[in-house]
Amino acid sequence: MTEQLLQQVVNGLLIGFMYALIAIGLTLIWGVMNIVNFAHGDFLMVGMFASFWLYTLYGLDPIFSIPVCTALLFVMGVLIYRFVVSKVMSGPMLAQLVVTFGVSIFISNLAVYLWTPDFRLISNPLLSGTWVIGEIQLSIPKTVASMGSVITSLFVFLFLKKTKTGKAILATEMDREAALLMGINTERINSFSFGMGAALVGIAGAFLSTYYYIYPQVGGVFGTIAFCVVALGGFGSIEGAFIAGILVGLVQTLGGFFFDPAYKYAIVFMIYLITVWIRPQGLLGW
Amino acid sequence: MRKLTLKQICGGIIAFIAVGIFPLLTTNTFAQHVVILFFMFGMMGVAWNIMGGYAGMFSFGQVAFFGIGAYTSSFLLITYHVTPWIGLIVGGLVAALVGAAIGYPCSNLRGHYFAIASIAFGEIVRTHFNNWKLIGAAEGLSLPMLNEGFKNFMFHSSKLPYYYIMLTFLIISLGICYLISTSKIGYYLRAIKESHDVAKVLGINVVRYRLIAIMTSAFLTAMAGTFYAQYVLYIDPESVMLLPISIQIVLISMLGGAGSVMGPVVGAAILIPISEVTRVWLGHKGTGVDMLIYGFLITLISVYQPKGVWGLFTNMGKRAK
Repeated sequence: MTEQLLQQVVNGLLIGFMYALIAIGLTLIWGVMNIVNFAHGDFLMVGMFASFWLYTLYGLDPIFSIPVCTALLFVMGVLIYRFVVSKVMSGPMLAQLVVTFGVSIFISNLAVYLWTPDFRLISNPLLSGTWVIGEIQLSIPKTVASMGSVITSLFVFLFLKKTKTGKAILATEMDREAALLMGINTERINSFSFGMGAALVGIAGAFLSTYYYIYPQVGGVFGTIAFCVVALGGFGSIEGAFIAGILVGLVQTLGGFFFDPAYKYAIVFMIYLITVWIRPQGLLGW
Repeated sequence: MRKLTLKQICGGIIAFIAVGIFPLLTTNTFAQHVVILFFMFGMMGVAWNIMGGYAGMFSFGQVAFFGIGAYTSSFLLITYHVTPWIGLIVGGLVAALVGAAIGYPCSNLRGHYFAIASIAFGEIVRTHFNNWKLIGAAEGLSLPMLNEGFKNFMFHSSKLPYYYIMLTFLIISLGICYLISTSKIGYYLRAIKESHDVAKVLGINVVRYRLIAIMTSAFLTAMAGTFYAQYVLYIDPESVMLLPISIQIVLISMLGGAGSVMGPVVGAAILIPISEVTRVWLGHKGTGVDMLIYGFLITLISVYQPKGVWGLFTNMGKRAK
């Protein structure tokens, strides 16, 4: 019983770190430009497919395709910001909410059109197998992905706190007008943040492709969970998203363990609703 | 109360006669089906509008109310042989109660937070229905074939009765929405939409009026759900509980113009035929082309016509004067 429980905690942490990385990209976009990117899960799907095709066509292992996925998603994010999202920034809030739904439906169905709705899996990646420590089983790809996600999150954190661009992003997040008055080109910060948010999810996609099924609708679940993680952690808070991601991973696996696995996502959403009831601004929001 | 102008009354009468005799002119059942769906989504758009357009609560979880309405009446019919007309009312009440139960804790949530909470709510309800053995879980419910007639809310030989019933429902919802928009409640809701805090300071009981809006909206949406169950005679969580239906409802209202009584009807009149026709033409191969176009359309509308088409009409009217 205790071994099983411990195993569930480990599994929760492993998936939680992935949620954290996905949510950090989302919270960056949300915090900087007050846009909820409903296409975030579909960006993840694009990252996974990119990694899949690089492996299938060119034999490039997912671990080495991370830079390619990151660059690809960055460019995609910037383009989508330039041509779609920036046009609704001054429009009504409803349009801001709906526009990324449109992008989401478009991207996921483009994937269906190009690659059919089939489920795929990368066969024999470099990372495979499991470590067994005592009674606990650690899947190697999952562990590496989680460590990669923690390192990436740390880099994002340092980037925002230490570099000039990072500080400009944080300033824009706090007060757009004041940032503009300080000579920060907020329009460029917007498109950079959108690209960066997408690039982070590209990294997550490459990692996930080592052990997760790849199919056009894969973004749905991850995307919805990511919204809850972000709102749970608090509006635009990187640290909040990281903690909430781990929390959601644990809630999901332990909830599935103690109640019914079919309800694991419903439990996550319940926890989310209860949290915003008590603390509408989220755990670390202000 | 704002008086209707002669022009508006004439326009209304002409439109009413046109939709009234339309199905008698065509025997094409697909055309009738598209118009029935247009009425149904128009009704749900009107219901969404009471919450979203007037009170500023952008709900992306309307499909939960739709599903609750469909399931309640079907369950009562199959298990207790209760006529769907009573099921309709019971379903509406259940949806309103569920709406209140979820709306009360969410009464401090605004903007994006409310939208995401509503998605979470819809997903919880769907997961639960997908696993609830009593109501058929993922297999769904098949309604028994009963004798055709108004009492059983079932018509096999023709779509006409469904057409007129749905038209009546739509007119009832428009009436309710019109009453709300011109009454004190409508002004309170608009005040809440503009600013929660100011509304509160002015002495408006924000929680109460938000709940009124949610419950009305839930009731009407559940009515459409019961209608849908009686119309297709088979429901499962995949067909009446999926997020895209909620998005469709929001989109219709936005395209038509959120916050105006007729807006969602106009939006449904434009969007439903487009999405049905592309689905029938392009959707059968499962290549996703129909949804691809749909996604592109959503993006276009949000970028170029975010305030809705209804605004164009009224602006033209003002300029003409």
